[in-house]
Amino acid sequence: MKSLSTVVILLLLLTLPFWLQDPYYQHIVITTGLFIIGAMSLNLLLGYTGQLNLGHIAFFGIGAYISALTSLGFDIPAFYGDGRIVVEPGSPVVGFLLAVIIAGLCGFIVGKLSFKIRGAYFVIVTISFAEVTRLVALNWVELTQGPLALNNIPPMGYNLPFIGSGEFWSKTPNYYLVLALGLVCYVIIRRIVRSRVGRAMIALRENEPLAVSAGINVTRYLNFAATVSAAMAGAAGSLYAHYIRIIDPDVFLFIYTVTMVIMVITGGKGTLIGPIVGGIIFGILPVGLREVAGPEIQWIVYGVAMVLIVMFLPQGIVPALLRVWERKFGSGNDPQSERRQRDGTAPKPARPKGKTLKATGADA
Amino acid sequence: MSAHQTSPRTAQAGGKANPVLLKVSNVAMHFGGLVAISDMSFTLREGELLSLIGPNGAGKTTAFNVVTGFIRPTKGTVHFKDVNLADHSPYEIASMGLVRTFQRTSLFTNETVFDNVLTGLHLQGKASFLDTILALPSFRREERDLKEQVWDLLDFVGLSHRAKEQSGSLPYGEQRLLGVAIALAARAQLLLLDEPAAGMNGAETARFMEILQKIRQRNISILLVEHDMPLVMGVSDRVIVLNYGKIIADGTPAEIQNNPDVIEAYLGQGVKQHA
Repeated sequence: MKSLSTVVILLLLLTLPFWLQDPYYQHIVITTGLFIIGAMSLNLLLGYTGQLNLGHIAFFGIGAYISALTSLGFDIPAFYGDGRIVVEPGSPVVGFLLAVIIAGLCGFIVGKLSFKIRGAYFVIVTISFAEVTRLVALNWVELTQGPLALNNIPPMGYNLPFIGSGEFWSKTPNYYLVLALGLVCYVIIRRIVRSRVGRAMIALRENEPLAVSAGINVTRYLNFAATVSAAMAGAAGSLYAHYIRIIDPDVFLFIYTVTMVIMVITGGKGTLIGPIVGGIIFGILPVGLREVAGPEIQWIVYGVAMVLIVMFLPQGIVPALLRVWERKFGSGNDPQSERRQRDGTAPKPARPKGKTLKATGADA
Repeated sequence: MSAHQTSPRTAQAGGKANPVLLKVSNVAMHFGGLVAISDMSFTLREGELLSLIGPNGAGKTTAFNVVTGFIRPTKGTVHFKDVNLADHSPYEIASMGLVRTFQRTSLFTNETVFDNVLTGLHLQGKASFLDTILALPSFRREERDLKEQVWDLLDFVGLSHRAKEQSGSLPYGEQRLLGVAIALAARAQLLLLDEPAAGMNGAETARFMEILQKIRQRNISILLVEHDMPLVMGVSDRVIVLNYGKIIADGTPAEIQNNPDVIEAYLGQGVKQHA
């Protein structure tokens, strides 16, 4: 049942460019997809460790700028006027990898600086970080062209022995790139949260003193989550830069972080598909409305939808749906999370009766 | 329920042969002007079950928090296995084998009983971040092993039938048992139990005492803070009495029950009530 729906969803996603041929809609799907990746990565931190990163878009923007600058090259004065740093235009693939690494590094550093204190301080540090990156992008004109934006960013491409080379100018290959990245991120996040590492994160969210007394090095796992989360946002930012092909400092605007947070919260934070559901709703909703209503009505509907969801489904859409599902079809699909069901079922019914198991934790 | 029950164990565990596991030396703890502990020294030997008792506000929980590294003492040192705990953070102290439970029930209440223990087994896992992301076979094997260990621990405290229930919905006594299971999962060598029987009914307390015995058979030492005098006198090798931040008595349950200072400070009515 579950694997069947997975196959159906995958087929739908894989064939999407064939049954959705309108370029405008394809464009919406691609940008929404990138935002969903951002929301998924934000959810790793917000949903599973409970830390609110209100500067998440900074890592997206850093990824976009790093990737764009790598592929465009730059030539800036340095060393107090005594020399110049010149970077020749490089491959967008290298740009993508650098974007992942540098965004991840930034996430690590921001986490390192603020996780000793956490909570509200982390929120403030992340907001400030995003604002600082925006101001740097705006004012370091020699590097970033400031408000004039980086133009003519080359599209993502490949250059492989035996296969040849190519560039992704059209929407379809870009869609598949986004889909591939989304799937990879989804699998990584899923593996993390369903492992010992993920349990440590959840333990911290649920009960920090108890987590510490169980020997969990809380800061270490927070740093890890922050790093992975930022690297994923950086990857999405890189694809964004090569798809849109023009990047200006507005990519760092606070509203984009807020959009991601809304996607996570309405969809259901701390669930794997919550950010995806939230992302689809809040990515598609404005587009659907655009055809039937003026801009002012759009924003009102948008706001009302959000208020209603937060009021009536405070835990988000996905947990609420799971609860309905459970009531209808009995337990097995637990509302709290998919994690539970996984843990309980596997060994339980047919567990070995004889206690041949090795020494347990306590006396080993 | 008194002295004669403890004697065989006293002989076995209280014998001076066992090495010192925990050594608390001249610890003082001040909160601003308030002196929670003025001067406290005691040792706990391997295999021993030591109880810390005293009237409300005597400083028991503070002592507990100092020993587990959750707060640093104003003065004095705590050594666990000859390591000075002042140099280590609480999670490191836990990983050395000094594990605590909490006074008010402390669980991951939104998680199942099973997941609670699984999370508690954190220290038994070795998989790195990379192993996890790549889901290598070694990682899968480890996850499977951990889950088997969860079942063992749940059997041990008698909660296997509750495995899939949400821990926050368990009856109070079982929540306390789950707290003990989580602590055991952290591979405790010294288990610090902060009022584990508080709120338990008679049957639950009796069951808990059995589990304490089983824990001791695993060679785990226990430091117990508890108000339930029959429990304390029934299971302890040695009892320390704390009053106004000072140790006023240290001895076997029988000695403590007959100590005039203790009777005056605290046990006077208690002994009669429970006798």
